[in-house]
Order: sequence, then C-alpha cells, then structure tokens
Amino acid sequence: MVLLKMKFPFQKRVRLAQGLWLLSWVAMFSGAITFAMGVFLKTELHRRSEVMHSMDIHIVPNLLMAVGLASVGINICAGKVCQDSLDPSRFPRWKTFLPPFFCFSVFLTSLLLVAMILSFALQPSLEESLKIGLKNGISFYKDTDTPGRCFQKETIDRLQIEFQCCGNTNYRDWFEVQWISNRYLDFTSKEVKDRVRSNVDGRYLLDGVPFSCCNPASPRPCIQYSLRDNSVHYNYEYQTEELNLYSRGCRQALVSYYMGLMNTIGPCVLFDFLLQMAILVSLRYLQTAMEGVIGQENVEIETEGYILEKGVKETLLETKEKVKRLLQLAQVGDASSTTPGTQPEEEKPATA
Amino acid sequence: MAVLPIKFTKTKRDKLAQVLWVLNWISVVTGIILFSLGIFLKVEINKRQDLMAESQLQSVPNMLIAVGLIACVINFLGGKICYDCVDTNKFLRWKLVMLPYIICTFFFTLSVLVGALMCYSMHGQLEEALTLGLRDAMRYYKDTDTPGRCFLKRTVDQLQIQFQCCGNEGYRDWFQIQWVSNRYLDMSQREVVDRLRSNVEGKYLMDGVPFSCCNVNSPRPCIQYQITNNSAHFNYDFHTEELNLWMKGCRQALRDYYTNIMHSVGLTVLIIWLFELSVLTGVRYLQTSLENVLRQGDPECESDGWLLENSFVETARSNFNIIKHLGKFNQINISSNGDPNIDKPPTAHYGPDNVPPKPLPMAS
Repeated sequence: MVLLKMKFPFQKRVRLAQGLWLLSWVAMFSGAITFAMGVFLKTELHRRSEVMHSMDIHIVPNLLMAVGLASVGINICAGKVCQDSLDPSRFPRWKTFLPPFFCFSVFLTSLLLVAMILSFALQPSLEESLKIGLKNGISFYKDTDTPGRCFQKETIDRLQIEFQCCGNTNYRDWFEVQWISNRYLDFTSKEVKDRVRSNVDGRYLLDGVPFSCCNPASPRPCIQYSLRDNSVHYNYEYQTEELNLYSRGCRQALVSYYMGLMNTIGPCVLFDFLLQMAILVSLRYLQTAMEGVIGQENVEIETEGYILEKGVKETLLETKEKVKRLLQLAQVGDASSTTPGTQPEEEKPATA
Repeated sequence: MAVLPIKFTKTKRDKLAQVLWVLNWISVVTGIILFSLGIFLKVEINKRQDLMAESQLQSVPNMLIAVGLIACVINFLGGKICYDCVDTNKFLRWKLVMLPYIICTFFFTLSVLVGALMCYSMHGQLEEALTLGLRDAMRYYKDTDTPGRCFLKRTVDQLQIQFQCCGNEGYRDWFQIQWVSNRYLDMSQREVVDRLRSNVEGKYLMDGVPFSCCNVNSPRPCIQYQITNNSAHFNYDFHTEELNLWMKGCRQALRDYYTNIMHSVGLTVLIIWLFELSVLTGVRYLQTSLENVLRQGDPECESDGWLLENSFVETARSNFNIIKHLGKFNQINISSNGDPNIDKPPTAHYGPDNVPPKPLPMAS
C-alpha cells in the first residue's frame, strides 16, 4: 500500500524539477540566514557570559549554526539532483545516494524544531544561571584588587547602565552585600566601626547603591545613600519614590532581553524548517517519479510518485531487517578475520 | 587646436557607449548612496539638536540629499542617452539635448565637489554650536519642572554616560553652575543658606558633579560630592585621582565624534565626485565623436573625439562674445537716429571696370 501516491506526466515532472531547483536556491539563503542568526545569538550570549553561571543555553545557537550550515549543503545537493533529473541518462547515479540522504536531511531538519522547543524549555535554566551569576557579580563588586574578580565592578556597572536595572531581583540586593572595599573605609571613624559591628560577619552594610543604579529620567539629582532614611534628604519619601533608581532587577531584564531575541528568531527558524521539509518531500516525489522512467525507451511517459513504497510500519520493519543484516555482515567479517583457519577447512570437505 | 583629441573607430564608439551605459547605472546607485548619506547625517545632527545652538549645520545634509536626488535623475537620463548612442539614427533624437545635458552635468559635478568640501569645512560652525548648546543645557539641567527644558537633565545625563565625558570642557564646569534645583534644597539648613549667600547671584554652588560623570572603570565607588576636599574621603587625593570621573569634556567628545562622521562622509562624496567626473568625460567624448561622424556623413568612418574644439582661451573668448551679443539683441543703436543708412560709404557700381565717369564739361 503506497503512501500518498501522485501521478506525474512528463510536463509536471519537468515543472517540478525546475520549481524545486529554484526553491533549493531560496532554501540555501534561508539556511545561511539561520546560520547567521545562530552566530548572532551566540555572540550576544557570550557578551554577558560573565554574569552567567552555566552554559546550557548555548545549545540553542549551536544547533542553529550546525543546521544552518548543513542545510546549505543539503540544498546544493538537492539543486544538483534536480538538474540531473531532467536528463534521464544522468539521474541513475543518484540512485544509491538518495535514500540515506533523505533520512539524514529529515533528521537534521527536525533538529530545527528541537532548537525552537529547547529555546522555550531552557528558560528556567537561563534564569537560574543568571541568578547565580549576578549574585556572584554583586558579591565580588568590591574586589577590584583581586585577580580573577577585578573586572566584576565594571561588568556590573555597565550592565546596570545598559539594561537600566539594579541588583539581582531589585535594588535591595545591594543592602545585603558589602560593595565598598575595606581599602576605602576609614576604620578609625565611629560610623564605620558601628556598622561593621552591627552584623555577625563584620561586613560594612549600608542602605546605599552604586551610582550605576541611578535613573537619568529622575527629575532630581540621584540619591544613592541613606535610601531608607527620609530625614536625610529634603522632600524625599522612599516609599513613594519611583524614579530615583531603576526599579527593575537585572535578572528579569536579561531574561526578557534574551527571550525577546529568541522570539524574534523563532518565526524565521520555523519558516526555514517548513521550507526545508517542503523541498525534501518534493524531492522524494521527484526521485520516485524518475525511478519509473529509468530503463524505459520513451522518457515522456507518465509515472507515479510516492513518499513510501510500502506503508509506514512495513517500511520500518524492512529498514530494521536491512540494518540487522548490515550489522551481521560486519560481525561475520570480524569473526572470519580472527579465525582465518576455519574457512579453508570448511571448503575442504565440500571439494572432497 | 582641440583639447585632448582621441580617434574613435566605429567599434570603439560602440564599446564606449555600452561602457558608459553601465557606468551611468552605477552612478544612479552612487546617487542613492549620496542621498542616504545625507539622510544619515541629518538624523545624526537631529539626534543631538538639544545640545547644539542654532547654526547653519543643516545645510550640509540638505545639500547632500539634493545632490543625491539630482544625481539619480541625471544619470538615469545619461544611461538612456548612452544606450541610444550605439545606433546613429537614434542619436539624432538626442543631438540637440546632449550639449545642454553635458553642461548641466558639469555644473552638477561642481556642486558634488562643493558638497564634499562643505563636509570638511564644518569644523568651526560645529565647535561654536556645541559650546553654546552644551553651556545652555548644563545651565538648564536643574529645570526639570520648566516646560521646554524638562528633558535636558535626561539628555545631558545620557550624553555623559554614552560619550564618557563630563561637563563642557571638564568636570569643573559643574562647579560654576547650580545643578541642584531649589525644590530639593532645605532652606532652613545653615549649610544651604551659607552657600547661597557666598556668591553674588545667590546660586547654590558646590564642588560636586551629577552621577553621570562617574567613571565605570574606577576601582572605588564613585566620589561625586566634595571632590576637591581630600579630608572628606578616606585614602583620596583629588590631584592625583584620574579614574574617579570622566576626564574628557563633552564638547571635545562630540566634536571628535562628528568630525569622524564628516570626514568619512566627505571622503565617500569625493570618491563619488571623481567617478561622476570620469563618466562626464566619457559622455563628452562620445558626443563629440558622434557629431563628427554626422559631419563627415559616413556612419562607419573613424572620427575624432575631444573635450573642447579649440583651446581653452579661444573657447572662453567665443563663449564670452556669445553671452555679450545675447544681451545686445534687445538694444537699439540710437546714435544714428535709428536710420541704418546714415554714415555708410557710397557703394555705387559703375559698370564692368568700376571707374566713376568723368564729370561733364559745364556749358558756359
């Protein structure tokens, strides 16, 4: 029972081949664009790699890059097959090449779908990775003299300015961390000594934030220190003040940025996937239609094209048998190579 | 004596026409490039309009936009003409148009050159506009409640953050203006009253800068206030401290930024000008060689092409005379009372030997 049979007169075959050839060029560009988008996403993720703890999310751009490159190759092949299919003498040389080619291409194209699904599924992982990375960045903010951590201050400052955010979840994260290095604290002053003694770990904690949290849209000059003390600043109430600092947390800002990027890339990847599948299906029809023509005298006869010669289950069983046979051959080959003496002994009784 | 004559065979003429057709289409593309460069420049200047005082800066992008559009039109027409020039019959259609077209293109090419030179000469205007504009912007920094100026604080802050600069020429400019609004000053406090009284105009001046002057690369948290007071901060010496605030002035930062843009744009326009000039030269040669073909009558023969028929001096003189006589058509010669026959020498014809007869003897 043939799967999705279609009749193909000569003209239809020719038009199919020509249309497919053009479409394969379009798909080649589409594959190149997918590759470029993968590269772009990877560079964007890499730029903020200092505030990310794990690299799990990098699988999405890696998949896009690999499939983009592969689809360029697949479409070049498809174009060549289309060109040759119009000439019945040249087409037979593709006969053994095409079935594994189809399996391979379908597998690669389905990886595009996998990439899209992963981009949504890995969002919690991204968020967790950013949470840990930002926490470390904020903790090491003051360590500008420690090698390996000296860049954290600049990274966090630039991040907060560029993404208009403050702290991990919000600006209060800065109250729990000592972000002023001991080198710049006067330990003879009473205020410093009081603060250091006020907590178990002996850290200098204050209700202040770095300057990079300041919002330029605020109508008044930025209030960074004594944020919780209304009496220190004139005409200031911290419960109702919204414009003074950035109210968004950097984790949320980064997650929405990356999700926005992936949501923009998503439709393009989906389009590439659909285009590629359409090309593979049409190529399969072309191949099966052309196989009916091979060996015939009159090349202009009508032939049938199909996706699978037998039903889905039967084809799967057949493929399993083929693969088993291949493996057995390989095993027998191994067995005969390790015991070379047995074969001539077997032949002897036959000749005798 | 012609200027730079070249001999053109029929095939050479045809090839020249085809090459010029392609070049004219490329010139349409360069015209579009000119147009988009003008738009880009206009957008860049408009982005920072708040920080620049009124000036003639808009003339440069406007010129580039106009020149780009004209280039597209002229080169499109040129392409059509060159396409038709391969066939001598079709050339007759364009014969009368070609010379005016070449003159127009020559003046247009001159304006492209002027546009390129304007890009390079914008320096002085730019500097002045920036100085005045930045000074005013800083003065109105605190006026976030005044309509028309309420956005200046945000503009200046974002400028200082993006261009990594502070103040007009340096951070000390902020010490000389009041950048904290009176709404946020507690007039009952002694310190505030002292500061207000310490200067003639009653301004709240202090040795502090806005947060946007803070340098991201500094190893220590930013010191914004009491910058010149070493004792207010631990382990701080403002004479040697360089990483705390941005050291560059915003006028210099903006000037460098715009100068870079202008120089790149100017260079591109110069290259486009050279290209246009070469296309114009080709078209001139094509026109003169085709006209000589028509003069000689045989479409297959070899002809000369040149830039000018006579030398520069003679051409200039003859054109000058033409322009002079153009004016004279309308004038009447009033010195001889409008009668054209007065003061003319006698031109009577006395027979084949042209000897005037002897006067007859008089009868007594």
